[in-house]
Amino acid sequence: MRGTSRDRILARVRRALADVPAHERPQDHPVPRDYLRTHGARTPAESADLLAENLADYRAVVHRVAATGLPALLTELLGRRGARRVAVPAGLPAEWLAQAPVEQVPDSAGLTARELDAVDSVVTGCALAIAETGTVVLDAGPDQGRRLITLVPDHHVCVVRTADQIVDSVPQALGRLDPARPLTWISGPSATSDIELDRVEGVHGPRALDVILVHDGRPRDEQAVTGDSAPARGL
Amino acid sequence: MSRTYLGMPAFPEAAAVSTGDATLRANLRRATHTIRAKRAAAVAELDDWDQLRAAGAAVKDRTLRHLDRYLLQLEENVTRAGGTVHWAADADEANRIVTDLVRATGETEVVKVKSMATQETGLNAALEQAGIRPYETDLAELIVQLGDDLPSHILVPAIHRSRGEIRDIFRTRMADWGRPAPSGLTDRPSDLAEAARLHLREKFLRAKVAVSGANFMVAETGTLVVVESEGNGRMCLTLPETLISVVGIEKTVPTWQDLEIYLQLLPRSATAERMNPYTSMWTGTTDDDGPRSFHLVLLDNGRTDALADRTGRQVLRCIRCSACLNVCPVYERAGGHAYGSPYPGPIGAVLTPQLRGLASPLEESLPFASSLCGACYDVCPVAIDIPEILVHLRERVVQGGEVTTRGIRTVVKPAKKHLAERAMMHAAGWTLDHPRALRRAQRLAARTRRLHPRRLPGPGRAWSDTRELPPLPTEPFRDWWARTRGGTA
Repeated sequence: MRGTSRDRILARVRRALADVPAHERPQDHPVPRDYLRTHGARTPAESADLLAENLADYRAVVHRVAATGLPALLTELLGRRGARRVAVPAGLPAEWLAQAPVEQVPDSAGLTARELDAVDSVVTGCALAIAETGTVVLDAGPDQGRRLITLVPDHHVCVVRTADQIVDSVPQALGRLDPARPLTWISGPSATSDIELDRVEGVHGPRALDVILVHDGRPRDEQAVTGDSAPARGL
Repeated sequence: MSRTYLGMPAFPEAAAVSTGDATLRANLRRATHTIRAKRAAAVAELDDWDQLRAAGAAVKDRTLRHLDRYLLQLEENVTRAGGTVHWAADADEANRIVTDLVRATGETEVVKVKSMATQETGLNAALEQAGIRPYETDLAELIVQLGDDLPSHILVPAIHRSRGEIRDIFRTRMADWGRPAPSGLTDRPSDLAEAARLHLREKFLRAKVAVSGANFMVAETGTLVVVESEGNGRMCLTLPETLISVVGIEKTVPTWQDLEIYLQLLPRSATAERMNPYTSMWTGTTDDDGPRSFHLVLLDNGRTDALADRTGRQVLRCIRCSACLNVCPVYERAGGHAYGSPYPGPIGAVLTPQLRGLASPLEESLPFASSLCGACYDVCPVAIDIPEILVHLRERVVQGGEVTTRGIRTVVKPAKKHLAERAMMHAAGWTLDHPRALRRAQRLAARTRRLHPRRLPGPGRAWSDTRELPPLPTEPFRDWWARTRGGTA
C-alpha cells in the first residue's frame, strides 16, 4: 500500500479542492455573524422566569426559593421522592443536605456505576443555565461531580443560583464554558420521540429532574446582572 | 444477523412495493405531518433563523474549503487531550480499525450510540463476523436491531413501525438479546420506553467498550459533541473504559464559538425542540471521569469524492437533522427503505450517489426520486440546495461526464436506460431547429391520431407508466392559424 490512509485522505482533500485559490485563507471565505446574541432584552428576573417556563415546558419540575430556604426544600423534595441514598459531589456545600435524613453517598473515583444504580437521587449545582432553551449545563465542577453520578440515579436535583448562573442564550453560554472540561447539557428529563415521533419522557437518564432556582433573598429586581459578561471566543 | 444494504433494488422497483403498503404509508404520514408542524413552530420562535441558516452554511463552506488544515488541527488537539486519532479511507478500513481496537481490549461486546457513520460502514455486521456482539442502545435502533430490520429515517430509524408492531417485536425478540420484555407489555409509548430502559440497563452497567459517532468535532479545541434525547448516549460516552468514535471528516467545525450556530439550528430542525434533552461534549480523556481510553476514527468513505464536485460538495454541510425527510412528498409515500442506504429522503438522494459513486442502477435512480418541489431546500438548516444537486446528478447520469471515485478522476458514460431518452431529446432538438421537418411531423401526427397508443411502446414505456400522454389536436396550430388567422378569418 502506498502511504498511510492519513496521507491518502489528505491528498484526496487537496486534489478535491483544486478550485480553491492557493492563497485563500479560511477567513477569506466570509461568515456572516449577524444572527442575534440573545432573542430579546430581559431583566435578570425575566431571564429567570423564562428559564423556569422553558424547563417546565420539557417536564422538569421547577422550584424557586431564597438561599436560606434551600436546605428545607431539598429535604422536602428528597422526602417526597422517598429517597434514602443520595449521591453527593465532593464540593456540594455541606449545609444543603445537613437537615436531610438520608444516607449520603460521596462521589469518588472508586464509586462505580453499579453502586450508583442502587442510589435513589443525586443533588448537584451547575455551571450555568440557559433561559431561552431551558437548559442546565454541568461541567463536572466540584459541586457537580463526575458525569456518571447525574446519569445513573433516576432522580436529579439541580440547583441554579439566579444571581450569577443564568444566561439568556446559547451563544452566551458557550462564551462562558470551558471546552477542556467534560460538559453535559440537560434540557428536561430523558426523553424519546422514537415511537411515532411522539415525545415520551423517561428512558435511560434520570426520569425525574427537579431544578431549584435559588435567589439570595433580596427583591428580584435588585439581583445581580447576568449574561454576556465574558467575551466570546473564537475568530 | 445484521442486515445490510447490499444488493438493494433501484428506487422505482423498491418504491413500487413500498407505496402499496397501506400500513407503512399511514405510519409515515402520521409521523411526518406531526413533526412538520412542530418544526415550523420551533423555527418561528427565532427571529434570526435566516441569519443562523446563512451562518451555518458559511461556516461549513469555509471548513470544507480548508478541510485538510482543519483535520490536522483537530488531530493535533484530540491527541494533545489524550485521544488517539485513526484515519479510515473507506468503510472496510474503518470497520477493521474498530474491530482491532475492540479485540485489543479483550471484550466481546460493545454498546453503541446511534451513529449514521457506522450504519454507513456496516460496522455491526463486521463486528459480528469477528465474534463481537454490538448492542444498539438508541430506542429506535434497538427496535430495528431486534426486528432484524433496516433503518428508514435518519433521526427515527423505526419510523415505519407503529406502536403495536414495536410491542410485538419487544415481546418476541427481547429475550434473545438479554432481559425479556415485561409480561403484559402494552403498546403505550411510555411502557415501551420503560421496557427498553430495563432491557438495556444491565448492558450499560457491564459494558467496557462503546462505539459512537459525533454530531460535531471542534478543530481548535479537539472537542466532540453528541446530541441526543434518551440518555443512552451519555451512558455509552461516560460508563465504559474505552470509547471509539467513528466520525465523517465533514463533521468538523473550526471553532468552539461555531457551535452556537449549530446548537440552535439542529434541535429545532430535528425534533422541533428548543434544545434536545442531552448534549455531551468531551475533549480527549479526563482523569477519573469517563473513558480512560478514547479513539477517534476519521472516516472518508467517499466524502472526498463528493468534495471534488463543485456543485455536489454542499451536501457535506449536512448536519443530519432529517427535516428534509419530514417534508418530502416522495419520502412520505415511498418510505425510507426504498432509498437503499442509511440516508433516505432528499438528502439520501443526493448523498448516496456521491458517496458511493454512480455505481449501480440504485445510485443512478436516486437523483430521479424527487418531484423537484423544493420543500427540502426550504427547511434545510444549512441551506443545501438539494434540487440543484438532483438536477446536476441527473445530468451526470443521462449525459455522463467527469466524476471522482475513490480519489481518482474518471469519466462516466451515460447510463444505458437513458440512451433512448437522450436519442429522443436529440431528435426533438433537431426537429425544432428545422421548421419544415417540424411541420411535416406535426401534420403526420395529427392525421394518425386515432392510431396512437395510450402508452408509449418500447423504451418509452416506463416513462408513460406514470404519465398521461397529452391528447393531440386534430390540426397543428400553425395550420389552424394559417387557415383562420386566429379565428378572425
